[in-house]
Amino acid sequence: MSIAAAGAGSGIALAGLSKTYASPEGPVHAVRGIDVSVAAGETVALLGPNGAGKSTTIDMLLGLQRPDAGEATVFGRSPSEAVAAGAVGAMLQTGELIRDLDVRELIAMVASLYPRPLDVEETIELCGIGEVAGRRTQKLSGGQTQRVRFAIALVSDPDLLVLDEPTVAMDVEGRRGFWTTMRAFAARGKTVLFATHYLEEADAYADRVVLMAHGRIVADGPPTEIKAIVGTRTIRATLPGVPLDALAALPGVASAERRGEAILLTCTDSDAAIRGLLAEHPQAADIEIAGAGLEQAFLQLTGDDAEQAVTA
Amino acid sequence: MSVLDRRGRGAGGASLNVTYLRFELLRTLRNRRFMFLSLGFPLVFYLLVAGSAHDVKDLNGSGLTAPLYYMVGLVAFGTMSAMLSSGARIAAERQAGWHRQVRITPLPPRHYLSAKIVTGYLMAGLSIALLYAAGAAMGVSLPAGRWLEMTGLILVGLIPFAAAGILIGHLLSVEAIGPAMGGGIALLAFLGGTWFPIPDHGVLHVVGQLLPSYWLVQASHVALGGAAWGTRGWITMLVWTVVLARLARRAFERDTARV
Repeated sequence: MSIAAAGAGSGIALAGLSKTYASPEGPVHAVRGIDVSVAAGETVALLGPNGAGKSTTIDMLLGLQRPDAGEATVFGRSPSEAVAAGAVGAMLQTGELIRDLDVRELIAMVASLYPRPLDVEETIELCGIGEVAGRRTQKLSGGQTQRVRFAIALVSDPDLLVLDEPTVAMDVEGRRGFWTTMRAFAARGKTVLFATHYLEEADAYADRVVLMAHGRIVADGPPTEIKAIVGTRTIRATLPGVPLDALAALPGVASAERRGEAILLTCTDSDAAIRGLLAEHPQAADIEIAGAGLEQAFLQLTGDDAEQAVTA
Repeated sequence: MSVLDRRGRGAGGASLNVTYLRFELLRTLRNRRFMFLSLGFPLVFYLLVAGSAHDVKDLNGSGLTAPLYYMVGLVAFGTMSAMLSSGARIAAERQAGWHRQVRITPLPPRHYLSAKIVTGYLMAGLSIALLYAAGAAMGVSLPAGRWLEMTGLILVGLIPFAAAGILIGHLLSVEAIGPAMGGGIALLAFLGGTWFPIPDHGVLHVVGQLLPSYWLVQASHVALGGAAWGTRGWITMLVWTVVLARLARRAFERDTARV
């Protein structure tokens, strides 16, 4: 029945995809040649900080932007063919609802554009927006608007569901409900790709995480693997005259750098590392232990090139 | 493969998506302020201008009564606004990001545009009906055939404005479109003869004849018998239609190029 099962290619493939924008400060390399494939039925998180190139990647996947190089295919077809066939539903990062319709009417309007939509009432129930179904779209709260936008993406009963930072305007409870619905939908054998900058969301709701920073894929694997990569802490201390390889050999330390008199240790286990450091080098002073946020973790993963990109 | 083809046809076969159009019209009718202002202004102007000259039988040598002349003059004003306001709706939807949402649905772009044009014509039709009723109340009387002929000319004369609406909707921001429409319509109405008959010689005559708004207003000349437009009118309208449709198409395609 589904396109995926029709043998028209397996899931999504992004091959050598690149996109550069012109800007007043010079060209911005939003996406720098990425290769990703997603099997039909898989739920994949595209994880990365703001400016990583997630939204540009999604735009190219949906046919909203033309890649400078490379190709995106959706179930063996071009993005626009897949979209025209009604195989894709998406919740874009930005976008308001059109006004002067109530929620039920708006969903019915969108449903009318697709060949095999879900029942409108079923969609309303699925997305938990029954209590606002009769309300005009311009009178919804931020969280309600997000759920209606989700309903718009779901009502087509798409084989591929794409969500770009879907929970941004939601409160904690809203998020939980949202992800429960998403999981239920994915369980129907659907392919889901969602972008997020929350490690916890990627960890909890994806089968696989693709880690993106500064336009590149820096890691791709199961959530546990990605968590080990980005869930690092750093120890900074003033400690002159100790060779770096001795520091790098401490337990729990992944790498060591020197910045003048200070050292910077990137740790997979900061508890073990600080114990080891103080035991062997009690003269270490001005000690700071910091959780490496995603942005910092990405900087370490991507090296000099990334720092250039950040200052650019 | 065949599944894809079937689904594609299912969504994109007809030339208009009726459900989509129905909701589009509903949205417009529900926008009370927009309805009130866009229908109200031409009517108020008409009652003021024609009311003060309701017994003038030959307005400035045009051979037309003041109530008839101003009725069509303000129909031109009101319908131009109605057609161009579809541009304001397009610009607003672009700004809201709704056009991106629509682009990731199977709705063919031509259906999106045709819904906007039909909505513009509906508003124009309401404006025409309202002004005709006011005109009749002020003593405008024509044979049924003339009413029809005049209405037909006006509806044809609005085609370049439909294209212009799409053009500005894809070219201008929401902030720019208000002043652009306000100024543009005022100028076109003035030079087209909405407020007074354009003299049959001189600069105003030369300029007026080059404008589509002039020929809209000229539709009132059906009352004098003979052709209201003549070859020159038809050619002017045709040129405007072709040029604006091309520009609109280009602006639309540049704005919405699918991969």
